[in-house]
Amino acid sequence: MSRSLIVQFKNSEHEVSGPTVDVPLDSSVDQLTTLLNQILENEERLPYLFYVLKENKQEVEIVDGIHEAISSASHSTETVLSIRFVPQALFRVRPVTRCTATLPAHAEAILTVQFSPNGADLATGSGDTTVRLWDVSSQTPRRKLEGHKGWVLCVAWSPDANLLASGSMDSTVIIWGPREAIRRTHLKGHKKWISSICWEPLHRCRSGQSERLASGSEDCKVRIWHALSGRCEFVLSGHTKAITCVRWGGEGLIYSSSQDRTIKVWSDADGSQVRSLQGHGHWVNTMALSTDYALRCGVFDIQRRTAPSTPAEGKLLAMEMYNTAKRDRPEKLVSGSDDFTLQLWEPATSGKPLSRMTGHQQLVNMVAFSPDQEFIASSSFDKSVRLWHASTGNFITTLRGHVAAVYQIAWSADSRLLLSSSKDSTVKVWELRTRKLKVDLPGHADEVYSVDWSPDGTKVASGGKDKVLKLWQN
Amino acid sequence: MAQGDYIELHQKRHGKRLDHEERTRKREARGVKKRSKTAKQLRGLKAKIFNKERFKEKVEMKKTLAMHSEKNRKHADEAKVPEGALPVYLLDREAQTRSKVLSNTVKQKRKEKAGKWDVPLPKVRPVADDEIFKVMKTGKRKKKEWKRMVTKVTYVGENFTRKPPKYERFIRPQALRFKKAHVTHPELKTTFCLDIIGVKKNPSSGTYTALGVITKGTIVEVNVSELGLVTNTGKVVWGKYAQVTNNPENDGCINAVLIV
Repeated sequence: MSRSLIVQFKNSEHEVSGPTVDVPLDSSVDQLTTLLNQILENEERLPYLFYVLKENKQEVEIVDGIHEAISSASHSTETVLSIRFVPQALFRVRPVTRCTATLPAHAEAILTVQFSPNGADLATGSGDTTVRLWDVSSQTPRRKLEGHKGWVLCVAWSPDANLLASGSMDSTVIIWGPREAIRRTHLKGHKKWISSICWEPLHRCRSGQSERLASGSEDCKVRIWHALSGRCEFVLSGHTKAITCVRWGGEGLIYSSSQDRTIKVWSDADGSQVRSLQGHGHWVNTMALSTDYALRCGVFDIQRRTAPSTPAEGKLLAMEMYNTAKRDRPEKLVSGSDDFTLQLWEPATSGKPLSRMTGHQQLVNMVAFSPDQEFIASSSFDKSVRLWHASTGNFITTLRGHVAAVYQIAWSADSRLLLSSSKDSTVKVWELRTRKLKVDLPGHADEVYSVDWSPDGTKVASGGKDKVLKLWQN
Repeated sequence: MAQGDYIELHQKRHGKRLDHEERTRKREARGVKKRSKTAKQLRGLKAKIFNKERFKEKVEMKKTLAMHSEKNRKHADEAKVPEGALPVYLLDREAQTRSKVLSNTVKQKRKEKAGKWDVPLPKVRPVADDEIFKVMKTGKRKKKEWKRMVTKVTYVGENFTRKPPKYERFIRPQALRFKKAHVTHPELKTTFCLDIIGVKKNPSSGTYTALGVITKGTIVEVNVSELGLVTNTGKVVWGKYAQVTNNPENDGCINAVLIV
């Protein structure tokens, strides 16, 4: 019995593309991909994800064939079926499977780990007051940066990979030149410890080189610094409780979340408050921007590992990459809170949340947009990681497997894999297609505080309470 | 005009004696000896009053000394960084009691094989058979004496069914069967009421182990899944050994210490 169905393809913005097509009911994802590539007249065969659209705006992913999807979406075979397609990354990041290096050097717990935007360097901040730089390719310690007088709580690479900022318990921020391993400037002004640092996106920098950064602190203030002169440009005061997270958007807005239950939006030109986003019932712990991946990588991507020769060229390139990532849509912000919910915002246009995502049974510790901006992942102290649709905020699935609180998550560059670190001393890799555990990575002797997937997808670094840095690879 | 200040008046008019400074210095120097002499000679109430005054002076003196030495005292190193670093997202949260990850499961297994543990109670009093077993007289004339009743606390597994009385050599009374133990975690210093999984070893005898007799010093296996302990491989530990620290048959409860 070969029944067929009339299908209308729509792109990720729900716009009709191509004519309606009569397809057999038993056609697979692979066949749909071939068909769509012909309709769109692609020169290369691109991989796609397909979703069946229901009346109430819910979506069902087509995993095996159309037949299973429409039966689970309870769609009639006699009306035109709308199928939304989402392009996937052409490259594939292979899941990390083994620990290639265990590097003991820090004398205290490793609190934060970050790869440089080009994936060539790695910086870790530790409780022994030092920042260390590691050579990723040879997997050896490279430099030890001393200067802080307290635990180093956060490190941040500038998007052009020329500068490194570290914030500490001693309430100062230090700007390092990682190439020469020297201290450039020591930014003093905050009264309490630094909880978050964020650099200005490269395409908005005046000279095309990273200059400014925002630091949020426990003393309820956000400060905008000029990194190399050490001048504090603005002090953004308005929050009444400690700042938990700072993000610098690509549209000239700075977002700061605080324990006073609000997210405030500031203009980066004059430091004035644009908007205050209210909606959470408890501390706002974390935020993520839909363009985070593009902002972090600056001018680098999976092919390009070296910076362009002139800053102006770099600025143009960064602008181009940001625009491709943004795809003419306003920037979205997702926030996770102690009230166990996530909220999706469009801060440039409105102060009301687009959707409120409930389901976690404990506080949400970290949220992250996938690099292709299709999914949101959230990690919670209820031992689970949850996946959500980034466009609507609809719940997709829960990834269970950790036996203790999940601390941090990281996406692979192709958005097909997700990494999570937990209190139960393991790191786990989840596969998005099957929504199951792909690889379990035990090896740490104690809680894993921080984890990062290098932007080029080849390596993963994790550090935690057992004081060793572990590098994982395929 | 007051009569008492004629000395001052004289000093004002004619100045002090030329050797005044020296005389006062010498008097002061002699003062110590003089005071000591009085202290030795005084008796009774006068001695009491004198000592009280002297005590007050000494307290005052010590205080002044302490205040002066304050200036030279070394302060605790303020630049010292506290231990136990935490990431930002855990800083404002209340510190929860955490159980340490088990150091080495392999080590534990090896010890298990050798039948040796580092136990909290290394020496256990051997318990003789006649203390544990009560001879029961059976048969119509009560002249058979092959049956024994266990007079100590026992652990009997879930799926145990008694043998028919004819073949049942050991009787473990219902009232002395225990299922739970109060187990103390030595590092967390907290006590949990946990299920017993089995009796690992009764140091007195193998038969007691087989019978599940629990006396002081017995190693029992308890269910620690509630504690959330995790192995190196990220698996949850659910069975761990604990040593009994009290005499359960006297106390009516089992107290034990977890062997970490």
